[in-house]
Amino acid sequence: MSEWIADLGELVIDWVATVGDVAEFFFRTLSWLAMRMPRRDTLLPNFYQIGVLSFPVVALTGTFIGMVLAVQSHSQFRQLHLETRLGAVINMSLVRELGPVLAATMLAGRVGSAMAAELGTMRVTEQIDALSSMGANPIQYLVVPRFLACLVLIPTLTIMADFMGVAGGFAYAVFGLGIDSNHYWQNSQDYVGAFDLFSGVFKSLFFGAAIGLISCYRGFHCDPGAEGVGRAATSAFVISFVLILVLDFFLGIALDGIYLSIWPEGVRLL
Amino acid sequence: MVNQPVPAARSQQQLIELLDVSVTFGRNPVLRDIRLSVPRGQTLVIIGESGCGKTVILKTMIGLVRPTRGQVTFDGNDINKLTEKELTHERIRFGYLFQGAALFDSLTVGQNVAFPLREHTDNDDHAIQDAVISRLAAVGLPESVINKKPAELSGGMRKRVGLARALALSPEVVLYDEPTTGLDPIMSDVINELILRTRSEHPVTSVVVTHDMHTARKVADRVIMVYPLSRLEPDEPQIIFDGKPELLDRSGDPRVTQFVQGEAGERLMEMRKMADLRLANQR
Repeated sequence: MSEWIADLGELVIDWVATVGDVAEFFFRTLSWLAMRMPRRDTLLPNFYQIGVLSFPVVALTGTFIGMVLAVQSHSQFRQLHLETRLGAVINMSLVRELGPVLAATMLAGRVGSAMAAELGTMRVTEQIDALSSMGANPIQYLVVPRFLACLVLIPTLTIMADFMGVAGGFAYAVFGLGIDSNHYWQNSQDYVGAFDLFSGVFKSLFFGAAIGLISCYRGFHCDPGAEGVGRAATSAFVISFVLILVLDFFLGIALDGIYLSIWPEGVRLL
Repeated sequence: MVNQPVPAARSQQQLIELLDVSVTFGRNPVLRDIRLSVPRGQTLVIIGESGCGKTVILKTMIGLVRPTRGQVTFDGNDINKLTEKELTHERIRFGYLFQGAALFDSLTVGQNVAFPLREHTDNDDHAIQDAVISRLAAVGLPESVINKKPAELSGGMRKRVGLARALALSPEVVLYDEPTTGLDPIMSDVINELILRTRSEHPVTSVVVTHDMHTARKVADRVIMVYPLSRLEPDEPQIIFDGKPELLDRSGDPRVTQFVQGEAGERLMEMRKMADLRLANQR
């Protein structure tokens, strides 16, 4: 029994220490970001890797989310003879929830794991130590450009995923299911407001920061060997994904509170 | 806890000093009360079996590993009490050749060697390019390797690029971590020659970590041997030899003789006993 309590205590201490470590890592990143902007030659490759190379996969994700939403909601709405309201439902779900969350999930897998694996390999092969030994700060040189790229580009890619989702949903609803396009857009316009788009993009800012921070932290604190690098890449994705869902929940409550305090009546579907 | 200032006259002679340094990783103690001074201009070789803490000593000298206890001074300054800016300033007085060379995979050979020059000098691209070519030539590499990626090079070439990068800013101290490990005998001796040539070209203090006795005998002014803590009694010192390389064969300590002559002795039997014991405990 006492051994069990000791194990539990050790686990709690480890967990608290890790949270403290992550917080310190985050503040060091922020302070370097505030002190000195990264150089163009360190920033551009990261923007290219995270932004340009993620474009096709995020566009594809967005398009299919829109189309799947149209498929899934159509049969339900048809029973109520509300097919023309599909635009409202698809676009609202997309810009508030599914676009930001699924784009961030996709990016946590594509970008986050790759960053953790790259930094982990650099740790294992002493490249991070080499940077320090040459008087270059690894946080400033390696973490800040990646964090900044995630912070700027993940919301940008989310907007693009939203757009592609809206286009995909529209294309399938109008050309595949034969819904009148005028009513489709009219209902979307009545129901989806600027705040909805803002709330999705605002959340993606936090998702971007979480992916950047967790992936860089896991890479920096990678265990030795190929197994350590693999574990860092996997755990970067898993932790980022869980964090995206937790942040989505709390930010959703906060943004709903703000929305209802500005528009107490809300918007009615019918 | 030893944290007293070092007397000025002494620190002028001794460029690097480790004062009762202990390092523990998690629950695993690696170094215990290491007391070591490296005078200016000396080539100190640290020998010892794998896992005894040689590399950790090297890393504490440049502040890459913080001691759990004790003090590390460089040129009279406690390296762990410096601000980030001061530490950067001190670190560029060092050149560090890592065990696997630690070249940046994403950069070309030329960009790797140019890295410290771009970070710490105001030289234009043309001057940096010239410096890179001359540094590579000094380690026997042609200009044609400049645009290659480190992955395209052989082990010996990578080590030499690492050395060119370590020497790019003409450092006062060069730290070599296993410079000849994994190389063929001829390339190992090329690296030994480069270590000697670096010292003859400008006054440099060198610390070489190795378990290659040929390297130790060839480049050392002084050799120390570090012994693994796990094989020592609590009150035994961890540095079991400190002297000129020619005294290694006459040390009288069987542990030194065993290492220098590369004899397994009873070690295999000991390791088997330990493994059996662990297995029995698990059961």
